[in-house]
Amino acid sequence: MSGQSMFADTLRRLSRNPLAVAGAVVILFFLVMALFPKCFSEHDPNRINILRILDPPSARHLLGTDDLGRDVLARMVYGARISLSVGFVAESIAIGIGLIVGLLAGYYGGRADAVLMRFVDIMLCFPSFFLILSVVAFIGPSIWNIMIIIGITGWMGVARLVRAETLSLKERDFVVAARAQGAGAARIMFRHILPNTLAPILVAATLGVAGAILVESSLSFLGIGVQPPTPSWGNILTAGKDNIEFAWWLSLFPGLAIFVTVLGYNLLGEGIRDAVDPRLKGR
Amino acid sequence: MRAGGNKMPDKDALVKHIPGEETQRLLTVEDLSVSFDTEKGSVRALFGVSFSMDAGETIGLVGESGCGKTITALSVMRLLASPPAKMDGGRILFKGRDLFALPEKRMCEVRGQEISMIFQEPMTSMNPVLTVGEQVAEVFTAHGICGKKEAAERAVEWLRKVQMPDPERRAKEYPHQMSGGMRQRAMIAMALALSPSLLIADEPTTALDVTIQAQIMALLREMRERERMAVLLITHDLGVVHDFADRTAIMYLGRIVEMAPTRELFAGPIHPYTQGLLASLPGASQTSRVLPSIPGTVPDLANVPPGCPFSPRCQHRQAAMKRFLSGETSTDELRDCDREDPPAFEFSPGHLAACHYQRRVCGES
Amino acid sequence: MGRYVLRRILVSIPLLIGISIITFVVINMAPGGPIGVASDMNPKATAEYRERLKAYYGLDQPVHVRYIRWLGRMAVLDFGDSFSLDGRKVWDKIKERIPVTLLINALSMSLIFLIAVPIGIYSAVRKGSVFDRISTVAVFTGFAIPTFWLALLLMILFGVHLGWLPISGLVSLEYDALSLPLKILDRAGHLVLPVFLAAFGGLAGISRYMRSNMLEVIRQDYIMTARAKGLPEKVVVRRHAVRNALLPVITIFGLSIPGLLGGSVIFETIFAIPGMGQLFYQGVMSRDYPLIMGILTIGAFLTLLGNILADVGYAVADPRINTERAG
Repeated sequence: MSGQSMFADTLRRLSRNPLAVAGAVVILFFLVMALFPKCFSEHDPNRINILRILDPPSARHLLGTDDLGRDVLARMVYGARISLSVGFVAESIAIGIGLIVGLLAGYYGGRADAVLMRFVDIMLCFPSFFLILSVVAFIGPSIWNIMIIIGITGWMGVARLVRAETLSLKERDFVVAARAQGAGAARIMFRHILPNTLAPILVAATLGVAGAILVESSLSFLGIGVQPPTPSWGNILTAGKDNIEFAWWLSLFPGLAIFVTVLGYNLLGEGIRDAVDPRLKGR
Repeated sequence: MRAGGNKMPDKDALVKHIPGEETQRLLTVEDLSVSFDTEKGSVRALFGVSFSMDAGETIGLVGESGCGKTITALSVMRLLASPPAKMDGGRILFKGRDLFALPEKRMCEVRGQEISMIFQEPMTSMNPVLTVGEQVAEVFTAHGICGKKEAAERAVEWLRKVQMPDPERRAKEYPHQMSGGMRQRAMIAMALALSPSLLIADEPTTALDVTIQAQIMALLREMRERERMAVLLITHDLGVVHDFADRTAIMYLGRIVEMAPTRELFAGPIHPYTQGLLASLPGASQTSRVLPSIPGTVPDLANVPPGCPFSPRCQHRQAAMKRFLSGETSTDELRDCDREDPPAFEFSPGHLAACHYQRRVCGES
Repeated sequence: MGRYVLRRILVSIPLLIGISIITFVVINMAPGGPIGVASDMNPKATAEYRERLKAYYGLDQPVHVRYIRWLGRMAVLDFGDSFSLDGRKVWDKIKERIPVTLLINALSMSLIFLIAVPIGIYSAVRKGSVFDRISTVAVFTGFAIPTFWLALLLMILFGVHLGWLPISGLVSLEYDALSLPLKILDRAGHLVLPVFLAAFGGLAGISRYMRSNMLEVIRQDYIMTARAKGLPEKVVVRRHAVRNALLPVITIFGLSIPGLLGGSVIFETIFAIPGMGQLFYQGVMSRDYPLIMGILTIGAFLTLLGNILADVGYAVADPRINTERAG
């Protein structure tokens, strides 16, 4: 089967899975929101209005206002941009590191493999949330720092995955043939092995973005992530917690956004997994 | 080549009769059809399989992998997972009882007590977290024969009967601590513990070393004599059947294509497939040094050709086709082969085969 | 068996060294090194204090000497003095917080085990049934709900609206005046929400894991053997399938320790529970570096211990390992 038709096959199976399609629609919706925030809210997310502090949802402020009188919907729309980009960038960093470590360990094997995988084991020993918090405490919270830190503490799973794939792929005929034709190690790794590991990586990446969004929102909620006034779904919830007795809308809506987004990525990820390998379905 | 016996095909003809003696039929499988639901739709696995066994009789069920031998066996045990498996028709009578009409609870009593089964892979067929003794003893407790303590003693006794070395110690060991041969002995102990009247042995020696194979077959033979039980021996190896089975059935693509007393089957196979199988046995072809093999490959069960399932590989069919295409003959003599699944025909008493060509040759001569 | 445990512990030594190196790197990652941050961030960093720090970190020494010395202090749990106003020893502060965190995590693990395992088994046995579908939906929901958000919602519901459960601390203000049964009840009430939330993520994960294990085990040959013996399906599941499917779950419990510890930061902060997680959070907010490094090290150590316990537990439960002949 050619790569093209396999891809088409996968896509067709994916499109027949209503849950995966629902996940994709949710993701698309929030992507559009992040790209064109003006279409979703005319309010300025940072405009403070002390006359309208903690207004409940109304025609003027569909999702109410926060403790500084800012429009919650506007903050959520702009927060989507932050939360999603943190998710994407952090996961891209994780995939990048994991891919390289996994390829090197799997391809070279032996001592390189032992050292790299031991390093993975060590990284996995740290409660990742502890490690993230510690590093943030040292280098200070900023959006970029958060992205980088989530990325460099979240690549181990990808590394193990890619290593396992590489180990099995490097014995396959087409890789052996490429090597026999004198292809260099880098060429074999990136031209021959890498493309064949893309499917499981795509699954891991989709699920990983969901995980990164969750971590970012937890950090921001604790006040160690994205710093106000920059809105993020997590830090809107901080205000929700502080005003838990009077303003349910501050807690409900941003959390719902996180929940639906994460659910969307998870459903799409599982859908891709089933579509790539129908044998695993329902497992 | 085969004369006489031009009876009409008849399901009852499949049942062996010993003249002048009314034997009880232990097991009758009638027109059994089973299919599986798969991603690509429903796939037929058995197409009207019929045979019957008498008490104490051994039948060899022979065929290539995927021909439906194991599915037949599991149907008798009623152990096919459903879904995906679905019984499309037929019945299975055991001592006159319709097994598929039994409630699950009654069927549990039949399993292990009246019909038991040993499997191909002694490595994976035993539970890795229970000791071998516990697994044998479980047969007694499950059927309410005796209490735990006595069951453990009986288990050791049975391990001794199947010639397990040092049975007291081995009973306390786990499967992974034993060799494949020992595990298969333990499996046999488990299967025979309640003296069933029918033992189904599904490729019992395939996974074992050659020397161990002979030992296990010898053990099975001894146990068969001692317990006077019937054995349904499933194998892909005609050699194993040769000196073990009273009668042999050859399966191909979900059908029994030939069935005869073993000696007769080896002496004069009728179905081209059986002929091919026998010719490919080492030692069968003295004239040629090269082992003949059957040309072509077994078709996928998902796309079985219409008509006789063997026709794409059958030399007679191919020859007739060639003659017709070259104009040598004006009609395609064997066109039935591609149209109609051949019914079983009794060529001589107790010797049945399903082949249009042989029926033409013998039936009309 | 003893050999196996010993070997497992020996294998962990390089990991322990790796953990210490990474922790050491994190400390030295801060601009200006540990002293730089101490003096910049900490108002208490007088000249005298800086000298003490310098002596503590041994900054006049080459890096490998510093590492070895630091390692020696870690080995005896000397994490230095906290930067906070009380200036107590870091280990003393952590020591008094550990029991609460361990208690909540132990309770939540038991809860996970009692609920998730039966759900997983039942969904697998009745694969495709209504129960299986509902539990699958619940699992996906469970994976996607941010725990801290669920905590907020439950606080609003049970604490604010219904007023059934306390939402802060471990005991009520009037705790000392209560009779013993009421004291127990008071403590239990305070634990309900935190324990449930700590368990929440694990519930989804473990039940899913148990389900897929069961589906895998049910396909095995020995299950067919058990059925062929005439065991009723219930016995086949209970005696043959569950035992085998549970084995890997033991490992998962050990491996879930880092997640639970990380989660304790969140729920201890939300519910104002004086545990290690809250202490860590306070340390991060006040940039109390010795405290942060102390907890990070302890956390990694607990994780490693969890891994070892998981492997040993697996070995005890799986005859394929514990009956291994020596050599």
